Amino acid sequence: MNPKQPAGKTAGELITPVQNTWCPGCGNFSIEHMMKSAITELSEEEGIPLENFVLLGGIGCHGKLVDYLNVNSFYGIHGRSVPAATGIRLANPDVKVICHVGDGDIYAEGLDHLIFAAKRNSDITVVVHNNRVYGLTTGQYTPTSPTGFRGRSTPGGITEHPLNPLEVMLAAGATHIARGYTKKVQHLKGLFKEAIMHRGFSFVDVLQICATYFNLTDYYNKHAYEMNEGEVDTGRFESALAKIREWDYDREAPIALGTFYSVKKPIYEEHFQALTAGRPDRRELIRRILEERR
Amino acid sequence: MAEYSVLIGGKAGEGINTAGLSIAGLFSRLGYRTYMYLDYPSLIRGGHNFAVIRAAERAIGAHRTPVDVLLAFDQNSIDNHRESIHDGTTVVYDASAVVKGEGYGLPLDDIVKEEKAPPITKNSAMLGALARVAGIGREVLEDVLRESVPAKHLEANLRVADRGYDAVETVFSVKPLGSRALPVLTGNEVTGLGLVHGGLDAYVAYPMTPTSNLLHFLANRAEDLSIGVFHPENEIGVILMALGLAYAGKKAAVGTSGGGFCLMTEGLSLAGMAELPVTIVMGQRPGPSTGLPTYTAQTELHFVLNAGQGEFPRLVVAPGDLEEAFTWSATALMLSWRYQVPSIILTDKTLAEGAFSFDIDAVTPHTDQEPLLWDGNGEYNRYALTKDGVSPLAFPGREGAVIKVNSYAHDEAGFTTEAPEKTRRLREKMLKKGESLSAELATYPVVKTYGTRDAGKTLICWGSEKWACIEAAEKFGARVVQPLVLAPFPARAWKEAMIGAGKVACVENNATGQLARLLRQQGFDPGRSVLKYDGRPFAVDELEARLAEVFA
Repeated sequence: MNPKQPAGKTAGELITPVQNTWCPGCGNFSIEHMMKSAITELSEEEGIPLENFVLLGGIGCHGKLVDYLNVNSFYGIHGRSVPAATGIRLANPDVKVICHVGDGDIYAEGLDHLIFAAKRNSDITVVVHNNRVYGLTTGQYTPTSPTGFRGRSTPGGITEHPLNPLEVMLAAGATHIARGYTKKVQHLKGLFKEAIMHRGFSFVDVLQICATYFNLTDYYNKHAYEMNEGEVDTGRFESALAKIREWDYDREAPIALGTFYSVKKPIYEEHFQALTAGRPDRRELIRRILEERR
Repeated sequence: MAEYSVLIGGKAGEGINTAGLSIAGLFSRLGYRTYMYLDYPSLIRGGHNFAVIRAAERAIGAHRTPVDVLLAFDQNSIDNHRESIHDGTTVVYDASAVVKGEGYGLPLDDIVKEEKAPPITKNSAMLGALARVAGIGREVLEDVLRESVPAKHLEANLRVADRGYDAVETVFSVKPLGSRALPVLTGNEVTGLGLVHGGLDAYVAYPMTPTSNLLHFLANRAEDLSIGVFHPENEIGVILMALGLAYAGKKAAVGTSGGGFCLMTEGLSLAGMAELPVTIVMGQRPGPSTGLPTYTAQTELHFVLNAGQGEFPRLVVAPGDLEEAFTWSATALMLSWRYQVPSIILTDKTLAEGAFSFDIDAVTPHTDQEPLLWDGNGEYNRYALTKDGVSPLAFPGREGAVIKVNSYAHDEAGFTTEAPEKTRRLREKMLKKGESLSAELATYPVVKTYGTRDAGKTLICWGSEKWACIEAAEKFGARVVQPLVLAPFPARAWKEAMIGAGKVACVENNATGQLARLLRQQGFDPGRSVLKYDGRPFAVDELEARLAEVFA
């Protein structure tokens, strides 16, 4: 295939005929279209065939994205995309594996998998559609809802504090950490491309508007800003941590957008390729083991 | 028929398992078929571990209570096994630990001190004593040690073994049979080798008795076998990682026990819906909950038959010995890929951690099965409707194909749908695979029988109780009928096998008669249940006594 004309598809043609069922004004539209553009551009610029992209979806509004893009996809179960993504990447070193997950999906149901994928530096990308509320189950609090949030399961308001997912990821060993915002689409697309091309575990928390249950547009517009070059030393843990702590997803503070941390480390999947290279006759290998044991 | 039983007991951490395998090695070297039952509590140091090693001229797979030789590292090893000791039993004990013993007392503390050998070499002293008692030559003993002990410890072990050999007398004489020495392997090991024979690329597991040793074995041999072995954060991660591997074209198996399988059930249902092949080795142990972690049971039959939300076809096989573990593990994996259904290999602690002589040359593997692959023509639909319900596979990276798997109800392309007509059609396609699998299995030995048809008495059993039943049946002139496949249930083969069954007993390691219940569901009479549910497998003599009540 000529990489300059990936599968003969333009960005527009990556949209499937499946009827879109997101609410009007939903932040998911920005993520969908910027993901579509990121994939198309990377295919053109980096020569990655379109068939080498794999999207994973969990369960929640975010997951519908994989139905809407005409790209290989694994539409799995709630909170469990990440280990499946590692399995896919283990099986094929040429594929770019991108998990689309929700904040309830991955910070509640599947947090263990997220932490361990970061810890082992699995060569996958995780994009969190973080609208800080459950959408599809109609308006309960999530791990990133602010203190006092009144959801349908917590009408009196929650007393706990939200997780700062970036801080969790930094502590767990993620090698690429970024944050975007659905109202800054070009910036978001850049973050996606950078994360997908990072060799190792890359993580993008996307502040996403939920038009129906938790519309924080004014709040984000007021506080969010794009970091300038050199504002954080992305190679230094301490520098990244300080910047990540500028806003804790709770109190009012400036909300930095951009890449906080990006370092190179050996990836988890490297070893597997050596094990299965060459595909020898395994039945002969069984005989050999039995001979040794005689 | 010449046969011998040896019991070796001591505290955990003293290497009873290894010592037991060396004893099995001693008899194997002389051409005997061996079986070892290993009994140990859930602790790391202390307690009471023991192994019963039985050797015979023909294939065996069960132990008997009386033993010819008892090797005791401590007082418990004598006191806990009074029923195994009879007039002909020779007892060899560690005189440094046993206060009340009759037989040969070996001052093992002094021996290892004098030989400047590490304490673990006490096992070699016992092995030496056993060789002498059993009239086995010093050269055979040395051969076995040479094979089992690392080179740098060999000299010390040989010296200590000699001291054991010299400290006792010959009581009986084990004749060499002149047959080829067979390797002694565990059910876990052979299950792993069977999976590799079936095309395994990757094994994923979280440690849990009784299948942890399958993980350890494959991890140690990963390079030799050219496979990937992964140990992720929990059993949910395990099965999802396996499904990711399968989606991308690598054949993966996972291993666990009941508790871990509980965590896997949502992933199992995903495998059913998304039509992703995966093979699950389910080593049973007694529950509910943590139960008896290091003991045995056949309590998960209905769990694995029904696990996971929704309705989807699955393959469930229950091997009863190493030969069946090898062939059916391979077949479970291959059929899982051929029909894109999850397959479950039901083992238990008795089979998984029991050790048996394994003769691969006597194994007749089933026909190889290949997955149905996309031919590259036309538009690719992951869930294309076909006659047998099986849609051609393609994997990410394949030019011209967009491969969409989905946990939601979906259409042929893999897009989510809630439309009634599409939902019904795709549901029927998925269930059709179960019928096709069932038809395919008609050509496999899905129900095995042993003994003559006109016996008028029949023993039904499944899994690891197979060999205790075969031996016990001989005493009563009874026939044995054993289902190897439990889903899809081989009703026709079962009906055929049970013609003229006469008086029927159904032997199981559980408290409620799970196979009996399945048989009743299928419209068959399971006869009278003979159940054992104390975490231990039937000894042959114990089963004989229980059957005497049924067949009286």
